[in-house]
Amino acid sequence: MTVTAPQAGDIVLRLDNITKRFGALVANSAISLDLKRGEVIALLGENGAGKTTLMNILFGHYQADEGRVEVFGQTLPPGNPRAALAAGVGMVHQHFTLADNLSVLDNITLGTESLWSRGKGRQAARARIAALSAEFGLAVHPDARVGSLSVGERQRVEILKALYRDARILILDEPTAVLTPQETDALFETLRKAVALGLSIIFISHKLHEVMAIADRCIVLRHGKVVGEVNTHATDRASLAALMVGSAVTLPKAEARVAGPVLLRLDHVSTRARGTATGLSDLSLDLCSGQITGLAGVSGNGQAVLADLISGLVRPDAGRIEIAGVEPASWSPRQALNHHIARIPEDRHKTGTISDFNLTENAVLETYSKPPFSRMGWMNWPAAEDFARGIIARYDVRCQGVLQRIRLLSGGNMQKLILGRVLEPGPRIILANQPVRGLDVGAIAYVHTQLIAARDSGAAVLLISEDLDEIQSLSDVIHVISEGRLSPGFARGTTTAAELGLWMAGQGFEGKDRAA
Amino acid sequence: MSEIFDILISASFWAAVIRIASPLILATMGELICERAGVLNLGIEGIMVIGAFTGWIAVYQGMPLWGGVAVAMSAGMLFGLLHATLTVPFGLSQHVVGLGVTLLATSTSSFAYRLALPEVTSPPKIEPFQPLDLPVLSDLPFLGEVLFTQTAFTWFAFGVAVLVALVLFRTPLGLALRAAGENPSAVEAQGLSVTGLRMGAVIVGSGLMATGGAFLTLSAFSSFFFEMVNGRGWICVALVVFGAWRPGKAVLGAILFAAFDALQIRLQQTPLGADLPYQVFLMAPYVLSILALILMSRRAEVPAALMVPYNKGER
Repeated sequence: MTVTAPQAGDIVLRLDNITKRFGALVANSAISLDLKRGEVIALLGENGAGKTTLMNILFGHYQADEGRVEVFGQTLPPGNPRAALAAGVGMVHQHFTLADNLSVLDNITLGTESLWSRGKGRQAARARIAALSAEFGLAVHPDARVGSLSVGERQRVEILKALYRDARILILDEPTAVLTPQETDALFETLRKAVALGLSIIFISHKLHEVMAIADRCIVLRHGKVVGEVNTHATDRASLAALMVGSAVTLPKAEARVAGPVLLRLDHVSTRARGTATGLSDLSLDLCSGQITGLAGVSGNGQAVLADLISGLVRPDAGRIEIAGVEPASWSPRQALNHHIARIPEDRHKTGTISDFNLTENAVLETYSKPPFSRMGWMNWPAAEDFARGIIARYDVRCQGVLQRIRLLSGGNMQKLILGRVLEPGPRIILANQPVRGLDVGAIAYVHTQLIAARDSGAAVLLISEDLDEIQSLSDVIHVISEGRLSPGFARGTTTAAELGLWMAGQGFEGKDRAA
Repeated sequence: MSEIFDILISASFWAAVIRIASPLILATMGELICERAGVLNLGIEGIMVIGAFTGWIAVYQGMPLWGGVAVAMSAGMLFGLLHATLTVPFGLSQHVVGLGVTLLATSTSSFAYRLALPEVTSPPKIEPFQPLDLPVLSDLPFLGEVLFTQTAFTWFAFGVAVLVALVLFRTPLGLALRAAGENPSAVEAQGLSVTGLRMGAVIVGSGLMATGGAFLTLSAFSSFFFEMVNGRGWICVALVVFGAWRPGKAVLGAILFAAFDALQIRLQQTPLGADLPYQVFLMAPYVLSILALILMSRRAEVPAALMVPYNKGER
């Protein structure tokens, strides 16, 4: 399709009264929006507000019940990704649509040539990819297997896929959810280059500071409706947050507390490196009652194995674990549960829940073998359902009922169910590994409030996060982990983000011995 | 041991290996196409039976031999369409559908045979494909007997293997097929139809399986027996794994299995055969195949979306 080059300010995309229902749920209700040439729109909204659904309709993954999509003045046939691609719409999906066993080149050229042709020279494709990589700052090796790439590199491949097809409109669905701050900066550089070349961008996010940094205009969705449209230079983060959730949000801040006795002690613990995963070297850590201990660090520096160690999935190769001063005779996930360690896992889809189990089954995953949920080897489902109903009510889990499959819940609601599952029994030690990753402002505030409440009732909380703001606002003591080594603890207010950043980069550890 | 050596250097042994491998190669290519696109086709055993039967009965009714091959392929594609419809758009369990198709195809052959030939006690013979007689080439020592006195059908089988390899790895169509077996969402996001690709692969693959069955009646033997496929379909499913989903390696696997098979037939006629029960020899190719499979398939990269139905728009 040839398009006469539109002038800046021309409308390139128009959504007109889009309505989409899933059963009784109205995911999008009469949504209209315009996108101009060279403009970046941010689509803001809580989980379940209908952002992704709207973009899937635009791209043709879903068919709208009402309304139409107009690109460069022409109406797109509904439910047809091929037509959207041909019209110049490219989508970078939140869950990448890449084939891991194929090369970068194969992933990018897939579907760009007629299936019944012999295929043109791969040299031409290679040259074009190299040119695009250089122009937009998207370095990636065309012959690498996608499965061997980092998350940031995979995202570059997704963007290259769209650019390779001459996309004029880029949709990015929560592109920064999986990126480190540095990778996010690089992404923004790329997007700015694209805009300078006249592309238009729709950017889905719920990270407000990113939206403020990249977008010209914000469209806020709530419960499937457009509730606000503002220019970013005419607004601030607080008012955007209020628009998103419908009321002013104040993130909780924990007040300093006096620490109680040590509940969990890791004493000179080491674990071997496994494959590419970092091990722990001579790490000692005390978790005290009534305290939140924050663990900062760049992803992949041993947080995962430390979490596995406390969960019971990994046993130390050297050193001791003590719980309330006693070394447990054996160490396993079952033992960890028996010692009242609550685990909020990093990946709620993979390890936190079983997607195709219903809410009741997921609610008792850790306690199903104990009364009242089972007696004499028989499940007591009514008791389990009561427990699930209790969590749904007390933790405000939005769902259709206790028998709904958990995969149908939004991330925030899934996390609330996990919170309820681990907090209801009144745990002594709480391992919160990235507890708010991918959640919206409202859900983040909720999770933080719950963690503070648990601390105030005497639990020892270990908060693992890559978000320094989160660590600093919640933690009573902050440690930094780097290459499996632990920094000394810094009490609340005795350190700055810049200092923590140096520790995160591995500085300051020189004086300490590194175990082989 | 000298008996084995004598067998291994004889031209007639290698000629037999190529002959036995041919139907396996055809059906293995069929299964490989299906699995590369993400569909396990366990209808293969029955589809080979239907191919053997329809090809043979068509020729018996007066069609030319290649006409019989075409009929067999069409019959296989029909059963492929059934399998594809149930497993791709309806997303039913590929195991259950595959076994169902095998049972249906096998009993359909039996039923049609009884209808067509109600009064016959021993199945009638047809005039099968004859060994090629090529000038010069067929008269070459050793190679002439091994390669150039095979039937045209054998050459067809090897040609199909080369074609499958070229299409899968050298064309946009092949790339799309493989992507459908790796990550259907990637295919969808690039504007292609996962349903179309997968159904096409199953239908064409089933056509090749049936052609492999037809080789048995139209080239290897000259008649049709109910037990003649005799687990070859299941062997082909294993050969795909053995070949790590690569056509070239799968052809090598088929030749290896055929060599075991040809060897055991000949060993039965040696003094060794007098000492051991013949069942041991019959068993040998399968035992050796299992061992080879264990050794070879450890690091194989299974198509990531094999046996995962794709539902467009599911969250």
